Amino acid sequence: MSKKDFKKSAAYMESVPKMKKIMRNYYLKAKYARYLGRKVAWITSGGPVEPLIAMGIIPVYPENHGAMIGVSRTGVKLCEVAEGMGYSTDLCSYARADIGCSAAGGGPIGGLPKPDMLICCNNICGTVLKWYEIQARKFRVPLFIFDTPFVHTEFTKEAKTYVDRQVEDYIRFLETVMKKKFPRDKMNVVGKRSVEAMRLWQQVLDTATAKPAPLTAFDAFFHLALIVTLRGTRTVLRYYRFLLDELNRRVENGIGMVKTEQYRFLWDNLPIWHRMRWLSRTFAARNAALVADTYTSAWCGTVDHIDENDFLGSMGEAYTRIYLNIGVDKMAEKVLNMIDKYEVDGLVMHSNRSCKPYSFGQYDIRRIVQEKRGLPVLILESDMVDARKFSEAQAETRIDAFMEMVGQK
Amino acid sequence: MICCGIDIGSVTAKGVLLEESKQIAGAIRFTGYNAGNAAETILQSLLEQAGLKQEQVDAIVATGYGRNSVNFADKALSEIICHAAGAHFAVPAARTVIDIGGQDSKIIRLKENGQVTDFVMNDKCAAGTGRFLEVMARALGTDLDGFGQLSLKSRTPAAISSTCTVFAESEVISLVAKGEKRENIIAGIHASIAARTVALANRVGVVPAVAMTGGVSRNIGVVRALEKHLNLPVIIPENAQLTGAVGAALLAQKGK
Ligand code: SF4
Repeated sequence: MSKKDFKKSAAYMESVPKMKKIMRNYYLKAKYARYLGRKVAWITSGGPVEPLIAMGIIPVYPENHGAMIGVSRTGVKLCEVAEGMGYSTDLCSYARADIGCSAAGGGPIGGLPKPDMLICCNNICGTVLKWYEIQARKFRVPLFIFDTPFVHTEFTKEAKTYVDRQVEDYIRFLETVMKKKFPRDKMNVVGKRSVEAMRLWQQVLDTATAKPAPLTAFDAFFHLALIVTLRGTRTVLRYYRFLLDELNRRVENGIGMVKTEQYRFLWDNLPIWHRMRWLSRTFAARNAALVADTYTSAWCGTVDHIDENDFLGSMGEAYTRIYLNIGVDKMAEKVLNMIDKYEVDGLVMHSNRSCKPYSFGQYDIRRIVQEKRGLPVLILESDMVDARKFSEAQAETRIDAFMEMVGQK
Repeated sequence: MICCGIDIGSVTAKGVLLEESKQIAGAIRFTGYNAGNAAETILQSLLEQAGLKQEQVDAIVATGYGRNSVNFADKALSEIICHAAGAHFAVPAARTVIDIGGQDSKIIRLKENGQVTDFVMNDKCAAGTGRFLEVMARALGTDLDGFGQLSLKSRTPAAISSTCTVFAESEVISLVAKGEKRENIIAGIHASIAARTVALANRVGVVPAVAMTGGVSRNIGVVRALEKHLNLPVIIPENAQLTGAVGAALLAQKGK
């Protein structure tokens, strides 16, 4: 398809080049932070970024970088570097790619800018603890660990006290590293913006309740980068408003991302970054749209626990309650809610070699979904970055069989 | 009506011709490196057996890993749905089908009418598949024929604890070096396949009757080991290796 034809096709969205530009500028700024007199913090994907934004620190996400490494298919090479250093192939491929890249360079943007500090929140997994400790030693920079207790069934009063105290520690840590006072007024503004961004992001995802869905999970995986990296800034608000407008127009005009949408599925777990195009084409060719996913909604899932007038006072709880930090029953509940909300015909689960907290419990969730909704469930084995853990022929057979099963209904 | 099913597996290619529900020809050969050629040879051999010309065949469905390389097929379907159809035809009572082929194993759950309700396949690992048995046969310096009968003689199966093919192979080699009886080693290998298969099957749940298809079903040792692990009888349809091809032919009929 020529560029001109593509611009006229249903798959084209004006937002996409805009987003690419924002991300390019963001990484440029991060790379040249030193010359701009700015400090850089590396932070985990589920970490509390808002105080950094309020302090004027540029946050950089090794996991977002990992996703770019996956998409550009440079993951295997970087993982091999880490494995050569002695890291196990069972270690999360984001960690391996990041460690490999910091040791040997490479990747789609030639590596991340060196950090001035590291912020690690273990609400997503335990891997990040050791990963960030290793990087703190390598770069000789201070590390702050935000420890979030697991929410098996409920968030206790003790847990609240525990995380709230750490919010204060976090602020003191930033004040010490930056040698300046934490700007509480600015924090109020950033907090409000962050809450608004989360609400907007939820609205963006909710446009997929329309039939046909104006965007699929594959699009959401792309547009997600901003809510992860820069929430709390004005750029994010502007962009998501623009995106939401465009999506609403698509809904009004009945434009679906999968033109022949006949089946709607829910995706679970991280994307398979190195096979995005192959997967989206394989499903689209079978008239199926992955209309929603449990992954991208994780960045707005706890917005109701935040008091926008007291962001610092409520963020501890919100960051503790995220999807990967709750029990399997609670996860299943969220999955069931999404099944109903987006009216899907089945569930596609990526059993991800890398991400243990996400993949553990999937068979239980699958059973619960089958019992409570009687929907078919497909499990695809892969890894988000390490392409050696994926076989197209095997995946295709499973997808074909799954589609035949759905078609029988 | 005459319909044809072609099942191009990783190791062997299979084909059948059905006239209504009667099998009038069947063929098996090694797939080799060219799936398209294998399919062509199978078709020619089927036509020869039945004394038919290709024009007289009403519909052809291809299945198996090489399903998309069968140019003359009207349609390609996954081996899950084809094995289900074939197994339901041969063993109508079957609610669970265990298929162990050359490079994968799968468990399929069926409704009374033969519809697939769920399935699970092994991950990207050869353990618990036909390939596993081949590697073990090589390590023992024998061929696969007779593996089954031999293992039935064993009183005390050797313990093979690794589920990984490569590790299990070195375990077998060290058992050989220790002078362990061959039948005990083979029985141990079968038990390890059965354990792995049943663990996989439990993900979708096992409901009787259980039927087994695929090349490995010819190995009576694996079948007995599975029965022991499942605590259920396992029914083997006649010509179990052809089940997928029969299913494909039946679905070709249905599609017409
Ligand atoms: S293990 Fe999962 S949650 Fe942890 S860093 Fe890797 S992908 Fe992220």
